[in-house]
Amino acid sequence: MKNTINICLGLLAIGFVSCEPEFDNPVNEEGFYDSGSANFSNYVAVGNSLTAGFADNALYITGQQNSYPNILAGQFDFAGGGEFTQPLMNDNLGGLLLNGTQIADNRLVLSVGAGGERAPVILEGTPTTEITNGPTGPFNNMGIPGAKSFHLVAPGYGNAAAVPTGAANPYYARIATSTNATVLADAASQNPSFFSLWIGNNDILSYATSGGVGEDQTGNTDITTYGPNDITDPNVFASVYSQEVNALSASASGGALINIPDVTSIPYFTTVPAQAIPLDAATAAAVNAQFALYNTQVLPGLVAASFITQEEADARMISFSAGQNFPIMTDDDLTDVTQILIAQGLPADTAELLGQLRQVNNDDLIVLPASSILGTAPNPDIPTNIVGVSLPLGDEFVLTSVEQSRVATASAAYNATIQGIASANDLAFVDARAALNQVAQGGVAYNGGVLTSTFATGGAFSLDGVHPTPRGYAYTANVMIDAINAKYNATIPKVEIGNYATITLTNN
Amino acid sequence: MKKLVLLAVFALATAVTYAGGYRVSLQGNKALAMGHTGVAVVNSAESVFFNPAGLVYLENKLSISAGVSGVFSSVAYQNDTFGTYAETDNPISTPLYFYASYQATDWLAFGLGVYTPYGSTVEYEDDWAGSHLVNNIDLQAIFIQPSVSFKINDKFSVGGGPIYVTGSVNFNRNLSRSLTDLEGNRSEVTIDASGVNNWGWTAGFMFNPTDNLRIGANYRSEIILDAEDGDADFQNVPNSPLTPFIDTQFDASLPMPAELTVGLSYEFCEKWTFAFDYNRAFWDVYESLSIDFANAQVPDSENLRNYKNASTYRFGLQYDVTEMFTLRAGYYFDETPVRDGYFAPETPRNDSSGYTAGLTVNVGDHFQIDASFLYLHFKEVDASYDYYFDQGVRAPFSGTYKSSAFVPGLGVSYKL
Repeated sequence: MKNTINICLGLLAIGFVSCEPEFDNPVNEEGFYDSGSANFSNYVAVGNSLTAGFADNALYITGQQNSYPNILAGQFDFAGGGEFTQPLMNDNLGGLLLNGTQIADNRLVLSVGAGGERAPVILEGTPTTEITNGPTGPFNNMGIPGAKSFHLVAPGYGNAAAVPTGAANPYYARIATSTNATVLADAASQNPSFFSLWIGNNDILSYATSGGVGEDQTGNTDITTYGPNDITDPNVFASVYSQEVNALSASASGGALINIPDVTSIPYFTTVPAQAIPLDAATAAAVNAQFALYNTQVLPGLVAASFITQEEADARMISFSAGQNFPIMTDDDLTDVTQILIAQGLPADTAELLGQLRQVNNDDLIVLPASSILGTAPNPDIPTNIVGVSLPLGDEFVLTSVEQSRVATASAAYNATIQGIASANDLAFVDARAALNQVAQGGVAYNGGVLTSTFATGGAFSLDGVHPTPRGYAYTANVMIDAINAKYNATIPKVEIGNYATITLTNN
Repeated sequence: MKKLVLLAVFALATAVTYAGGYRVSLQGNKALAMGHTGVAVVNSAESVFFNPAGLVYLENKLSISAGVSGVFSSVAYQNDTFGTYAETDNPISTPLYFYASYQATDWLAFGLGVYTPYGSTVEYEDDWAGSHLVNNIDLQAIFIQPSVSFKINDKFSVGGGPIYVTGSVNFNRNLSRSLTDLEGNRSEVTIDASGVNNWGWTAGFMFNPTDNLRIGANYRSEIILDAEDGDADFQNVPNSPLTPFIDTQFDASLPMPAELTVGLSYEFCEKWTFAFDYNRAFWDVYESLSIDFANAQVPDSENLRNYKNASTYRFGLQYDVTEMFTLRAGYYFDETPVRDGYFAPETPRNDSSGYTAGLTVNVGDHFQIDASFLYLHFKEVDASYDYYFDQGVRAPFSGTYKSSAFVPGLGVSYKL
């Protein structure tokens, strides 16, 4: 009896110790995945909002958890990766406080109205992230939303006192090691064993998203004269970019440099159609009658007086018809004829309206925020003043073909620099531009769907139309893993992007 | 006896059962030690389950067998494309059995059985890679079976009886691969139903052409557990008309398939017995796990299973060493009812081989201690479930699975 019990206890013990099933080649066993010649033990990611995990026009915890560097670090963990720290926000609202005053909006969520209409709205709630009371690093994720290439090397960019004037960045002020620190020094002082750098997007993007209201500073290397929406001079970019790569490479076994995507591949520019104004025949005729004098007398007169070319006059002709129409807009690349028209005796308000007026055409890109004002009457006292029909769409709502070409020229120069420096330093080059073009043109198939850049439903882009969703960031991480594996002979596994969330649904 | 009652109460309270698929062959320590053969074996009240026709050949007026098994089982999953890995953290389950047989006359015996032939407890880590298919499941079914056994003559008997089943199910999974609330918590649903009852029956015959050879056959009917008005509890669902998942009731059906067993036993060299059983389980009744939510706004959940009928081949050997000891050993091969492409992680069952051993110790004239041990070996298998749809698009869930189970068991038999 006693023996029997002992035998049974013995059998029970065997059950306890050896009941774990074991694979022939377990993925979680050291050596299954290989880091190749790279060392991922201390990965530091440097960049802007894309690196931070910004989405839905805000930085918030779950967005940060799905930042591409955090996803990458999770996969690096299979091959010697170390801990990856991020300066997590206080909440999932995303708004920022400076000395208790809110200075950045909460995140956008997709809301369904009473009539079933779906629209992004700002998530309600009082944010709790106070930038003067930030967490203490060091942080492996040094993505600073809003940063341009030269900001990373600018002392004082993290000085909270300078945030109200725009001279400093609230996100960096939250985590900077001192008021005079630079993002680059704070990153490099961590002695990364591996790094990634994705910077330069904002050097063109703020110009593009503001509809080209800034200046193209190509040729001007004095960054102190730059406005927030200007295009950075490519030589300035090349100079600071090279400085950044040198600093980050100093201690690193390797790194990945990511190039700048095409702005026309993001829904911020592709969602609102150029022909955004629906009119019936009667209304179209009435509107045309209002512009008849402009078309038949003012424009030919300006050509005859050699104020403008015939080509410009043709571009400025206004014509509506039944169906979908191009809205009228103000284009600051046209000759400003306001004063000429006033001198000709036109009333000042009419002259101003016509001063740089033309109709949008198929080469223009209307920005996403225009969708909320097109076709509206901003002044309820003058219901006939409709934006896009009788009131021109402001220049900030349209990225014209001229402005697009400035963006394209600058980004091509940046990308040549990035690729050249990657090659010169034997670093992995990540062609984000090609990858995002693929998303925009037909989409990228994954297990259980196709990732496209269609606004709100495509899965790749968050509700701000610029920044990716977690799924978009996961795709980015996979593209980087491909490049890193190829460069360093590593076998880092990719992630299943269908497991990552897209936009957030919530009714306030 | 008091101890036995306590044991039974404990076992009922934790009547959770083995993880691989939801047929659990642990219905008697003597039989299990011989590869879970028994349709043509006559040596204890375990025949209530294996073949009630055999009860009438038991030599004693009263035979009682009761026992419990400790199931140590685990399933590991990995996908080397993504580096995902998961291992179940199943609680140790303790399926039990209790059988009694009473010899009323020379030609008539009555029996009673309580046993748990179906059940499943699988617990993955919450939000693991396959959490859109299952986070955890706990399926329990207790069979209660009164039996009667008639001896037609010394060579032939029949037996059978009604079966009353009471079951419960608790199942949790995430609503999709990616849906979360605002704080990033995965949206999930738990369905829970208990006191789900139904009736079935069993019948068999036994034929003894010679003194050494018995042939038996037994059939246990299909029993479908229809859960009605169970509770469906949705958690972490975004506040949006686009995700109308609100707590409601549900209906679902879970079949316990019919099983036909034929087999033989042969005594040789005085002290040896060989037994062979062939089981055919009619799993094709399990076409789909369909959850019908009462609230029309909540989309119903349809999970194709499309199981096929499956066979089990069982071999057992018994050796009476002395008056005091009997040794047993056995082997069985258990075919999976799961077809390619339908391998769902809530029943991660591929073909398995069971290796069994055990012994009986006689303690006095009336008591026996029955011990058994089962090692269930599954091959590592690459498998996928291809019938999950993400917003209408097929999204297979694939990977490599490896399961194992160790099951020590202990029981007592009482003869009068």
